[in-house]
Amino acid sequence: MGTVAAHGLRKSFGKVQALDGVTLDVPDGSFFVVLGPSGAGKTTTLRAIAGLEKLDAGSVRLDGRDATGDSPAARDLAMVFQSYALYPRHTVYENIASPLRARRSSASEIASAVERMSNLLHIERLLQRRPAQLSGGEMQRVALARALVRRPRAFLMDEPLTNLDLKLRVEMRTELTRIHRSLGATFVYVTNDQVEALSMADQVAILKEGKVQQVGTPTEVYERPANQWVAGFVGSPPISLLACRAEGDRLVGAGGWTLPRPRWTTAEDGRALLLGLRAEDLSVEQRGDASLSGELYGLEPLGDRTVVDVRVGTEILKVKARPTVTGTPGEQLHVSVDLGRAHLFDAGTGLSLSEAGR
Amino acid sequence: MAVSVDEAVSTGSARDHTPPARRLGGRGRSVLEVALLTVLAVVMLFPVLWMIETSIKENRDVYAIPAKFFDFTITLDHYKDVFVAPDGGRSALSVSFLNSVVVAGVSTVLATVLGVPAAWAYSRFAVKAKKDQLFFILSTRFMPPVVVVIPIFLMYRQVGLIDNKLGLILIYAAFNVPFTIWMMKGFVDEVPAEYEDAAMLDGYTRLQAFRRFTLPLLVPGIAATAVFALIFSWNEFVFATFLTSSDSVRTAPPAIAGLIGGTTTDWGLVAASSVVFALPVLVFAYLVRKHLIAGVTLGAVRR
Repeated sequence: MGTVAAHGLRKSFGKVQALDGVTLDVPDGSFFVVLGPSGAGKTTTLRAIAGLEKLDAGSVRLDGRDATGDSPAARDLAMVFQSYALYPRHTVYENIASPLRARRSSASEIASAVERMSNLLHIERLLQRRPAQLSGGEMQRVALARALVRRPRAFLMDEPLTNLDLKLRVEMRTELTRIHRSLGATFVYVTNDQVEALSMADQVAILKEGKVQQVGTPTEVYERPANQWVAGFVGSPPISLLACRAEGDRLVGAGGWTLPRPRWTTAEDGRALLLGLRAEDLSVEQRGDASLSGELYGLEPLGDRTVVDVRVGTEILKVKARPTVTGTPGEQLHVSVDLGRAHLFDAGTGLSLSEAGR
Repeated sequence: MAVSVDEAVSTGSARDHTPPARRLGGRGRSVLEVALLTVLAVVMLFPVLWMIETSIKENRDVYAIPAKFFDFTITLDHYKDVFVAPDGGRSALSVSFLNSVVVAGVSTVLATVLGVPAAWAYSRFAVKAKKDQLFFILSTRFMPPVVVVIPIFLMYRQVGLIDNKLGLILIYAAFNVPFTIWMMKGFVDEVPAEYEDAAMLDGYTRLQAFRRFTLPLLVPGIAATAVFALIFSWNEFVFATFLTSSDSVRTAPPAIAGLIGGTTTDWGLVAASSVVFALPVLVFAYLVRKHLIAGVTLGAVRR
């Protein structure tokens, strides 16, 4: 009990096409993350599922039953808003009790449910305060408690951690994962933070300009991006993309470099391609048979690692290296490439050409 | 670091030097300000003061030449005359005051009851040609009452609303609804729609969400808007003059104006009834002054 299926959602605001045929199938009990940059239509998708947005086309099915025309109340969902939307005139207790009051639970039921929630989220001592007297983190917990106090079909969360500072965000990430496990409920979680998406999700749907780019597990999305855009959006530092074309058993770069052609690629000779290389699949320290030469462009020490920018021709490669690595800009160096983990994309369509061979 | 400390110190001392200079300039300006404000206050308040004085003077002091400012006998006879007729019954003026209360009160309630939900709808929903509709609503206020009073008189004659309190109530409400919609739309825009969204997910209907969560936040705005609507209806003169004729229907403004003229004018009575007329609005505005100046309190949304 808790599947959410959105099919062919379309919605425009004036001339802006916010949703352009979004289809998502959220399995029961999963932590389903909708990831995308701002303006991708993530929040609109969530609001459409909640029944807060009237759709131009498409359907929303909850537990297999068509709920497209249902009121938000009838859908039996709970939602955490990015702004938290706590009722300013009500105490924390009343805020948390609101979903139960709306559904006419008895006073004793409400009292025990609110107590359970305040224990779970450690907000017992805040119950008599009003939202204006809470910190951002406390508001966030109260908003979460208000959503979790009932057992709805599914929980919808609209960037609930975005307004928190980094430390709190990391803490709440673990806590949300724990809560999800203990409830076994369906979570549909919207975020623009890929770290959140990759660390929390069972499944990720990546949205761009109102269209779903790819749906899969975090590993699938990271390891086998469906297209160039997904490859570039997921992963930090971002994947390096080099223009090239296949010639016989070699890949020839725009800047003149060559690499052995990976056996799995199906691209015919002469087709314009993009070679995608992730920073961790490149090395400036080992020497393998597949390597590119370039010059050191810059160093980005990040504490646990250093990202080395290497200029190959006119393009920049981001290479992950040990934190101890040193060098001076302009220095010539070789970058060894793990071609088994490289990605190839059609330069025209952006679609991955790696899938077929693996 | 040292440099920044030095900078901080120097700016600090510079600041220490500026206030005396400013205070001097400030004192000069404030003297001028006080002088101008005093002149303005005298000009503005003298008629009010004179009205109050006249209302408590005996008739011979009222007409005395030269005018008496301080040494006159105080009497409350004029106030008695406002409410009590010479034969001991209710005076025509007291009836007109009651009419004013009824007409202004009911028309304000009507305008608020119609205008607030309309403002909410215009603020929250995608309405076709919203801007055009709002402009049209506002445009009904463009014309001064004198311009429309003749057509309205003719229409009212057809439907029997001439010399009828309901007629005045309807026309005042019609004039106040656009004002209420425009003013309240601003207040509703200030309240995040997400409270209602959250309430609907909690299980409330849209109307319940509005009534339970948005409406309480609008109370200050409603109070402010209603006071303005009330003042308009209370003070309105043109429609009241044209659309009513009998003492039993007439509101206070034309009734007071009717005291002036004829063979003699009882200025004491005019002044006393004017004071009585001015008081309710002043008291009401004073009671809701907090709501008039305080904006809508918003709490729980991080922006």
